[in-house]
Amino acid sequence: MTCSRRQFLKDTATTTLAAALPVSTMVFLTPGELKAAVENKKTRWTFLVDTNKCVGCGMCVKACKLENEIPYDAPVTRTWVERYVITKDGEAHIDSPMGGRDGFIDDKIRDEVIDPKDITKAFFVPKLCNQCENAPCVQVCPVGATYQTEDGVVLIDRDWCIGCGYCIMACPYGVRFFHPVTKTADKCNFCYHRTSKGLEPACVQACAFDARKIGNLKDPDDPVAKTIATKRVAVLKDEYGTKPHVFYLGLDENVR
Amino acid sequence: MKNHVLRPLWLAIGLVLLIMVARHFMVPEDFGVHGDSFTYNYYRLSNVDEWKDFPVKYQGRERCSKCHEENFESISHSRHKKIQCENCHGPAAGHPREVKQLVIDRSREQCLRCHALLDYPNSRRGMMKGVVSEKHKRKFECSKCHNPHNPNLEDR
Repeated sequence: MTCSRRQFLKDTATTTLAAALPVSTMVFLTPGELKAAVENKKTRWTFLVDTNKCVGCGMCVKACKLENEIPYDAPVTRTWVERYVITKDGEAHIDSPMGGRDGFIDDKIRDEVIDPKDITKAFFVPKLCNQCENAPCVQVCPVGATYQTEDGVVLIDRDWCIGCGYCIMACPYGVRFFHPVTKTADKCNFCYHRTSKGLEPACVQACAFDARKIGNLKDPDDPVAKTIATKRVAVLKDEYGTKPHVFYLGLDENVR
Repeated sequence: MKNHVLRPLWLAIGLVLLIMVARHFMVPEDFGVHGDSFTYNYYRLSNVDEWKDFPVKYQGRERCSKCHEENFESISHSRHKKIQCENCHGPAAGHPREVKQLVIDRSREQCLRCHALLDYPNSRRGMMKGVVSEKHKRKFECSKCHNPHNPNLEDR
């Protein structure tokens, strides 16, 4: 094959241009822009659950479902309450009927009658989205429909979600579910519409026992931030490295 | 160059261009990296405002107290003072304009959420005043005897 000098230069120019075309769709940040994006964060929403205080009334679950328009009788919920009853033989009896929506008004656990004399300890554990710093659910989304806002909350773009369910499988805490009406993935977002208006999340407001609290980790005067800094708190499934931001006071080893 | 090489090449280039043009029109302008990480902050920015605009249902007791001063006052002296009005009266969104009357949950189940006897040691639930529903006036609503705003019978 022969090639003139003119033709060679021409081809090189064309190829370079064609190859550079896809790069034009990318966005490049200057170091200054990047720094601004990182340091402008004034808020990091975080949650504190005191399992010593929870009595399992389930008002938080009811309030959450009504506030966030989650179909009331569908077996899905953004927050739920688990009951743990530990008996003398070391066994943990766990249940959460309808996510604890109607409270725990029966002493039977999954139709099993437990003799009160055999119980060594019993407690209720409210659960909700951990708004992880390293959220696995966000990593797996193939379309960019779920993301972390600058105040740390993980949101779902209902218009953009294709309902593939990867995120539901990825969450180690099982907080995500398929919303039967919107046909998208759904989960707790710390009531983003309320926190951004200066209100407490619906579950926090509904709790009559102060078992659920929300706070700003970036604010040193915030009572929740102070508690997390000074008291002995634990998170769920720390070993997964997801850096969850729902902290628990009085968490038992039986809670998974 | 031979035609059988060029033709698929042009086709491929054409397809790429087509996809890029389609992408330009289909992807919203505010879709991109908004934050410090491509992994966690690649999203449509206007969705944040869409979530902020989601309607609030539970208004909180302070709003209730503006009109229902008496009822607010009565419960604030009782052991039920920590309980939000809307826990029993229902979310007050749209009240009083669109929703004239809120439906009060007077069911036994509502009271039993806290007051069903669960004899749990070292649990706050075990310390609550509880009843075994089947054995305690099971044909009546609790409010027949116990005023929810002042539940202690001795105080009456």
